[in-house]
Amino acid sequence: MSFVEYSEFIQEGDVAIIFLGHDSMMPVKVQQGAQTQTRYGVIRHSKDLIGQRFGTKVTCSKGGWVYVLHPTPELWTLNLPHRTQILYTTDIANITMMLELKPGSVVCESGTGSGSLSHAILRTIAPTGHLHTVEFHQQRAEKAAEEFREHRVGHLVTVRNQDVCKEGFGVTGVADAVFLDIPSPWEAVKHAKNAMKRQGGRVCSFSPCIEQVQKTVEALADEGFQEISTLEVLLRVHDVRSITLPLPDFGSDQPLETPTDTPVPSNASVLCKTTTPPRDMAGHTGYLTFATKPSV
Amino acid sequence: MADNGDNDSQHRVNEGDYVVLKRGDIYKAVQIQKKKKTVFEKQWFFLDNAVGELYGTTFEVVTGGTLQPRKPKCVESSADAKEAGTDNRNILDDGKSQKLTRDDIETLKEQGLKGQEIVQQLIENSTTFRDKTEFAQEKYIKKKKKKYENSVMVLRPSCRVLAMMYHGREPGKICHLRYDTLAQMLTLGNIHAGSKVLVFETCAGLVLGAVMERMGGYGSVVQMYPGGGPVRAGMESFGFPSHFHDTLHEFPICHVNALLAGALDTEAKDKDAGGQEKKVKMEEKRKKLAAAAAVLEGRNADGLVIASRFHPCPVLLGLIKFLAPSRPFVVYSQYKEPLIECYTKLREQGGAVSLRLTDSWIRHYQHPCL
Repeated sequence: MSFVEYSEFIQEGDVAIIFLGHDSMMPVKVQQGAQTQTRYGVIRHSKDLIGQRFGTKVTCSKGGWVYVLHPTPELWTLNLPHRTQILYTTDIANITMMLELKPGSVVCESGTGSGSLSHAILRTIAPTGHLHTVEFHQQRAEKAAEEFREHRVGHLVTVRNQDVCKEGFGVTGVADAVFLDIPSPWEAVKHAKNAMKRQGGRVCSFSPCIEQVQKTVEALADEGFQEISTLEVLLRVHDVRSITLPLPDFGSDQPLETPTDTPVPSNASVLCKTTTPPRDMAGHTGYLTFATKPSV
Repeated sequence: MADNGDNDSQHRVNEGDYVVLKRGDIYKAVQIQKKKKTVFEKQWFFLDNAVGELYGTTFEVVTGGTLQPRKPKCVESSADAKEAGTDNRNILDDGKSQKLTRDDIETLKEQGLKGQEIVQQLIENSTTFRDKTEFAQEKYIKKKKKKYENSVMVLRPSCRVLAMMYHGREPGKICHLRYDTLAQMLTLGNIHAGSKVLVFETCAGLVLGAVMERMGGYGSVVQMYPGGGPVRAGMESFGFPSHFHDTLHEFPICHVNALLAGALDTEAKDKDAGGQEKKVKMEEKRKKLAAAAAVLEGRNADGLVIASRFHPCPVLLGLIKFLAPSRPFVVYSQYKEPLIECYTKLREQGGAVSLRLTDSWIRHYQHPCL
């Protein structure tokens, strides 16, 4: 298993995603002799996981069952331990496409945070690209580096514990794309420009507040970036369900033989397959500002 | 680690390259062929002068139909420290504010004035310009630029650019697939290098190209196709290196049931039909079919992407049999109800978890012109 390559069978040291049903999942580090408690009972790694195929149904000690899934960055995003607020797949998907990421891309990112976007980037740029990720919090930087190793993607990423606004990304003239998710991205625009290839590249800044966006856009324009555009993307989930709608009874158009006040109740109804929107609208995550560094 | 300055040939336009022309929000995919006239936004010009320039360069179309690279830092400074009003209460929209006539403007064009210069002339000859608010002035400039702009940017093709182009120009050809939706599909489908992906699309090859871009030439892609032959125009516009095509297979869906039943015959037959040329062609076809069948037979695809005008339900139920366990699939439909059916049938049939029916929304925000 790795986060950038599928494999068929579960091995020791793998990260697997236990699917418990109804959007309930949990990550598991597969180890000889280890056990994992679930609401359906115990999963014994040696017996139930190691050597089994990903996608297998595993029966737990109490009789209930779960599925064991191969990890993907999308599943990881939903299950990773949060050390900071993270980016979710909807934003990640657009960032990936708008930054034109693909195998071989060299990307600079700051801040690493909990590594949600990092894993998605690594998946996309493998096997020949590289991610330079900067995190100013020492423990978070260490934890991220540790996770990348466990997830067998360490060779594709360099974690640097420094302040991107003061010291930049630690590389110059190599990046095809730069991503910023920091409180003051305008302070890092110059560093972003320096990290990028001379011949051009794409930059993205993610900010929850429009005031941050304004300052960042100004800084980008001052540094000569083009095609500056800010957007927001939202995902609406549709709940599929069967509903029964009763039909109104407008009565008969013939005069009744024995006029009564109480009409015979009709049980007519129609079954519809439809969707309903969720109770709450998807919340605002942040604005995504993209720009192109022009070729010199 | 610095980049090698003298080896930027991979960043420069070559003859024969597939590129995308851009002006504002209008894109057009073309192939660079010297001495061939290209039309873009009602202008005819030759792309010869783009060869050798860096991708991302902006050119001016000069009289005679040739391209001239635009000098950088050519941002018009018409918006700094200029007079502006506070609101439009006293501005009369009587159509008489512009003192230049259509003939005057034609004359300016004939004199070879650049788009930017024409816009400057229009501003100077407008009696109401200085009364407009800053925002109204920017809006005016943006509108005039759009009309008189003469510049063309030459871009390297990418999923981003081509998806926006198709959505703007020919949405009907791509089942009205919006680019943010395509972005979701590629990520949720975990499309990445080294995997085996099945694609069934009727989006002019755009979705196929997008998948191939994310695979980077590693792994394999099987394009399942419904009719006479696979449509690949959109994919060609990506301008992939030739080795990418080695990873691409095609398989006609009319043979799916036979393949699933183990009844597909891909052995060579000695047909007496036609001459040598026809025999060679048929042998080629047979080989390709056999190769694609071999890739599919194992029923261990890593990903399945469906985006077509066909009813998605039978397509999905048919092709999902080729997907390995614990692998994602993504189905796009322009319409919701057919997907409700997909969802329901999959729930009844079992064998799929984490099913979600979603739609993506994107909104652009406005910046002041800087």
